[in-house]
Amino acid sequence: MPHKTFLAFIWPSLFAMILFIAIPIVSVGFQSLYVEHEQIMIEAENCGPFGCNSEVRVDREAMEQLREEQPAGRFHGLGTYTNPSHLAIDDIREIVATSENFGEIRNRIMNLPFYKALIFTLAYTFIVTPLVIVLGFIIAVVVNSIPNVLKGPVIFFSLLPMIVTPLVGSLVLFWMINSRGILGAALQSIFGDPTLSLTASPALTWVTLFVYGVWHSAPFAFVVFYAGLQTVPRDTLESAMVDGANRLERIRFVVIPYLLPLATFIGLMQLMDNFRIFEPIIGFSAAASATSLSYLIYNDLRLSDTPLFGSAAATSMLTIVGVLILLTPVLRRNWREFNRKPS
Amino acid sequence: MKFTTMTSATAAMIVSAGAASAACGIESGSVRILSNDFAALHAVADFAAKCESDGVEVTRNATEEHKSIQVPALTIDPATYTVAVIATNSIVPLLNNNLIRPLDDYIAEYGEQLQPSQLIKVGGETMAIAFMANAQHLVYREDLLAENDIAVPTDYDELLAAAETLRANGVMEYPIASNFMPGWNIAAEFVNAYLSTGADFFEPGTAELAIQNEHGMEVLETLKAMTEYMNPEWVTYDSNSVLPIYEAGDIAFSITWGSRAGAYLDEEGPAPAIAANSGVAAALAVGDSDIPGAALWWDGFTIASNISDEDAEASFQAMMNGVSPEMMAEHPTEAVWLIEGYEPTEAAEGVIANLQGGARPYPMLPYMGLLHTALGDNLTEYLQGDESAEQALADVAAAYETAAREAGFLN
Amino acid sequence: MSNPATKKPMPLVALSIAFIVIWLMIAAFPFLWTMWGSFKVEGDFFSRADWMNAITGPATQLQTGGRFTLEGYYGAWVEQAFWRNALNTLIVVVFTVLISLTLGTLGGYALARSGFKYTFWILMAALVFRAMPHVTLVSGYLLPFFELNIWGHLTTTIVVLVAINQPFTLWMLHSFFLSIPKDLDEAAMVDGCTRFQAFRLAVIPVMWPGVITTGLFSFLLAYNDFTVTAMLLSEENTTMVPQIDSFLGSTQEKGKVMYAVAAVVSAILPLFLLILFFQRQIVSGLTAGAVKG
Repeated sequence: MPHKTFLAFIWPSLFAMILFIAIPIVSVGFQSLYVEHEQIMIEAENCGPFGCNSEVRVDREAMEQLREEQPAGRFHGLGTYTNPSHLAIDDIREIVATSENFGEIRNRIMNLPFYKALIFTLAYTFIVTPLVIVLGFIIAVVVNSIPNVLKGPVIFFSLLPMIVTPLVGSLVLFWMINSRGILGAALQSIFGDPTLSLTASPALTWVTLFVYGVWHSAPFAFVVFYAGLQTVPRDTLESAMVDGANRLERIRFVVIPYLLPLATFIGLMQLMDNFRIFEPIIGFSAAASATSLSYLIYNDLRLSDTPLFGSAAATSMLTIVGVLILLTPVLRRNWREFNRKPS
Repeated sequence: MKFTTMTSATAAMIVSAGAASAACGIESGSVRILSNDFAALHAVADFAAKCESDGVEVTRNATEEHKSIQVPALTIDPATYTVAVIATNSIVPLLNNNLIRPLDDYIAEYGEQLQPSQLIKVGGETMAIAFMANAQHLVYREDLLAENDIAVPTDYDELLAAAETLRANGVMEYPIASNFMPGWNIAAEFVNAYLSTGADFFEPGTAELAIQNEHGMEVLETLKAMTEYMNPEWVTYDSNSVLPIYEAGDIAFSITWGSRAGAYLDEEGPAPAIAANSGVAAALAVGDSDIPGAALWWDGFTIASNISDEDAEASFQAMMNGVSPEMMAEHPTEAVWLIEGYEPTEAAEGVIANLQGGARPYPMLPYMGLLHTALGDNLTEYLQGDESAEQALADVAAAYETAAREAGFLN
Repeated sequence: MSNPATKKPMPLVALSIAFIVIWLMIAAFPFLWTMWGSFKVEGDFFSRADWMNAITGPATQLQTGGRFTLEGYYGAWVEQAFWRNALNTLIVVVFTVLISLTLGTLGGYALARSGFKYTFWILMAALVFRAMPHVTLVSGYLLPFFELNIWGHLTTTIVVLVAINQPFTLWMLHSFFLSIPKDLDEAAMVDGCTRFQAFRLAVIPVMWPGVITTGLFSFLLAYNDFTVTAMLLSEENTTMVPQIDSFLGSTQEKGKVMYAVAAVVSAILPLFLLILFFQRQIVSGLTAGAVKG
């Protein structure tokens, strides 16, 4: 396809992405290298309904002038990236130098907010992604084999975990899993342990989040696989049958290889989505036991009364880097495949 | 004093008489209100909107995202909103960025109805008008306390002793609930208790943190002692999850927001028997202190600086109608009003008791929000028993200092 | 695979029926529970005393005098005029899906048919774009949008949702077009069609299955979005999800949780009808076509 035709087809899409994603990414990257101006403070008498206090306040006029001179703030290089709230380079060095054994190093590193979040993010990504692919595949195979009349409703009900607004979905689930809720109480009686609480114990909170993640994303994998299953060449299947392959062997040697590219696609999308996990953490009030990189960003930007744009920008850039590292193996494979493709 | 009351009451009457006919006395202008989304603020905005007339346009946007929106919306010229309704904490970014204007001239001209206590002064200039107050306090079960011969606790030690009695008498295992969810909630509890010690969060006049001391330790130990008498699910306790627990009769003490007391005492709610047997009292003091352990909050309004003087004047006048005694007369129970002539309802007793007990305001310092976030993220591990109190305070200090450096408050 | 020659053994049939029943229960139970609960009062559905209250409903009996109540629905739809939010959502969703698919189809087709190296890099860039957390992006939009005076409008939100959605749409449709044989449009071009004509005459008629599947995901993204819509829409333009969030209350204020529950349930019902209505297209569409990575 000539460049000109290609451009004619793709420009609207490219334009939208550049304007609303690429430019913001560049500006976020830029912002992450800067910190606020040094605040000029003056002593002031503050009064309100509850009395007066001598407090400090920002000297607004002086700050305004500073901001006009240098709107971006003070250049800080990679300082924000290496500070204790992010990569905490100095802290790690100190921890490694002063700790006695590996256990202590691990515990102390896990106490650093960025690494605590990173560990959960990685655990979530690597546990949920494969489970979603496997579960989605099984559902697709089974749904594919049921009578056509039932398919519509079954597809609809299978999609429900994706359709119900996570805001309310997780609220309802949160109530179901608390120790007096239907699921929480059921688990207590199954395990015969009246103190069992899915929300109090860190380990069980992690499990709950994993289960929720699989439940919420499995429909996505299901729909894509289901679509793919419709196109598995019938003659290949039939010739496998003629060769005496049983049902399982047919799935293993014909269906799975055929759907492998699809699995890559789902894996790619899921890796990224799971790496950005944060809605369930809010929904399940799980921040005590589990935080993620996106949660840190949200915390900096939205939960905090004084938003920290630089810090959020740095965490966002680190998230992108993290996703890129995760995707490298897939990307290399794609690159090789791409080069094989005749143009 | 009596004289002032008289004149302002008369003035209020005149204002209200004018409101009906001449659109609050505004000739022309545009009033655009940005606020949080809850009933009391809707009532205020409704009354401000009554000033609408041919030359006066009143629009409003009540959204929970107001904190994120207000700075960009007021930064541009002309600002998207002329009025930003804020609270003790959310005024700070507007002040820091010089986005709101002093109100003294308008008060002189149109603010006869205001009480001196409603004026939020920063360095001598009135930057905001407060119209309602809020604070946390104690809600307790009168019947359970009477049956077990317990007096209403006034400090945390008494609360813990009362909880122990209830536990020993087999009434309940976990009698207390407080909003201990990590993040904003647990930080608010720390701030409440720390204010009770009488100590300050920062070295005077600087952004240097000053909580790594015996007061900080005492507060942390108090909070930790509380968790012993709270269901282990306290890590998920916020206002929304505690109320049903109280209504289920599972707890005897709930430390909650004044604005929520009405729901606890609602005898037409889901648990009328429990509501009928509930009482409210001032927040609890820490240790030997007798200051109620609750930060006092106010909600108020500000006027944007990047707007025309005409709009600013119109906005102030409209808001004067919004926070008028007439508005309060129609909505006496929506909030603890700071407006002239307010008569506390039963649900407001706790907040009023805090005020009378000398509770301290939430610090309106430019860097308090940073400390609040740092507290919210770093206390849970200690409360869960995974690290020491010293380590928790050290983590808070590290997180705060990193953030304060980034925001330019520390070097 | 409905070939009679592939008759399944009984145990396998039983196993797959058991599996599908369990899966449907897991998938649908929370929703069915919510639907049931939406006819109760908050004290029952969110009861801490005993989850059985949500089924038996003692507080509902006490507060309303009946076993079921429509209070939540009345409150949400009549008192709080939730229909306005529903209407806004309808506008946002319809336009987001239409525009996303139009741009995505053109772009995806070009990416699938051009063999130059830059197509690979465009696809990779799209992946990086998708990695950016939406919270950060949206916070960055606020100031420019206020400056341009386009904040708060449905159009702006639609454009942002389309853009944010574009990497996924492009990837999915690109993969899909790869599976449509090249000969199809190339033959048309040999017959003298331009690229656009070939696309219109040869590709469009066979692309619907993939487009419908992609459309389903675009739809869900726009429909469920909270981050973008909550921050970019003014009160009168709010869509359903931020409105539901505002029903939930805040730290200081007790919310109207049952309004939220009723709103969620009633927002699902049109989807059920929609999916039943398009069921044929979706199922047959999926059957006829392919998505390939």
